[in-house]
Amino acid sequence: MGLLALFRSKPSTASIAKERLRIIVAQERSTRGAPDYLPLLRRELLQVIHKYVNVDPEAVQVHLDREEGHEVLELSVALPDKRGG
Amino acid sequence: MSEIIVVTSGKGGVGKTTTSASLGCGLARRGKRVALIDFDIGLRNLDLIMGCERRVVYDFVNVINRDCTLKQALIRDKRLEGLHVLAASQTRDKDALTEDGVQRVLDELAGEGFDYIICDSPAGIEKGAHLAMYFADRAVVVVNPEVSSVRDSDRILGLLASKTRRAANGNGGVKEHLLLTRYNPRRVASGEMMSVNDVKEILGLDVIGVVPESTDVLAASNSGVPVILNEASDAADAYEDAVGRLLGEQLPLRFLEERKRGFLARMFGG
Ligand SMILES: Nc1ncnc2c1ncn2[C@@H]1O[C@H](COP(=O)(O)OP(=O)(O)O)[C@@H](O)[C@H]1O
Ligand SMILES: [Mg+2]
Repeated sequence: MGLLALFRSKPSTASIAKERLRIIVAQERSTRGAPDYLPLLRRELLQVIHKYVNVDPEAVQVHLDREEGHEVLELSVALPDKRGG
Repeated sequence: MSEIIVVTSGKGGVGKTTTSASLGCGLARRGKRVALIDFDIGLRNLDLIMGCERRVVYDFVNVINRDCTLKQALIRDKRLEGLHVLAASQTRDKDALTEDGVQRVLDELAGEGFDYIICDSPAGIEKGAHLAMYFADRAVVVVNPEVSSVRDSDRILGLLASKTRRAANGNGGVKEHLLLTRYNPRRVASGEMMSVNDVKEILGLDVIGVVPESTDVLAASNSGVPVILNEASDAADAYEDAVGRLLGEQLPLRFLEERKRGFLARMFGG
């Protein structure tokens, strides 16, 4: 890396691209081969949860894991820090 | 035994046709018998890149529909012995290609003694792309160092692993290779573009080639002479290396660094 890089404070756009891809690719690989209803299921779950807690759409993760012989549908909801948001 | 290689990507305009043409020429130049098939029905352009557009009489769909024989439709390359092109049709009928029809043509090519059958895939993940990859033994996944291209190629990897004959038969799956193209070493060095290692790490594939962004590619398509046939071009040398690696040679990657360095780069660069 050259001297110029030392003065560069912001991360390079290439490293931002790489980080974004790392996340999206991991997420897409984890849902690959999953039933087509998963996105819809996620959306409806979000609506239901919204009736009780005000969560961010990104806070709801639906994962389908395949373990030997059976599948596990995993739902995780990150609740907001403070109450009554 | 012929080997079927699909050149695919998901995203359009990344360099699949450029790559198909150059790999086909490179293999033929090494004495292999090669059939290049354009699967991009409706948008045919492999014939243009190969410079044989005026010699297309019958196309892939004509062969499938038995309007003609395979021999009548195969266009013999005038430069390289053993190289043939099967042009795409310009029909707008998306269902013109069928699985049975494609299989029959591939089987017949194998019977004719072709060493390599290169399938130039259309963009997307629809039927055309599916059929181009379905019978493949190997896949060259063409990627530009750019987020949408990498993401789309990862989806293609998912399809290669599940929606191919090899996946269905459970005999080892399709062998996948990464070909990074339109690579700009200067922009990689300045942190504006992802590096070959970044892309390799994200996709987890072995790299069969890195082709630099080059004005020679436009010149090649303008003249209908695939860039690999250019005698003085980094892009040509990069494709020639990729051909060597396809054939199992161990070659170090070249053209990952900028050639000429400007005054500022020499002052401040590492
Ligand atoms: N290494 C390269 N340097 C510069 N331009 C390129 C390079 N590879 C491809 N291109 C250009 O990119 C465009 C798309 O290429 P093409 O091979 O037709 O892609 P695809 O078949 O994936 O749609 C064309 O204009 C081509 O000239
Ligand atoms: Mg193309």
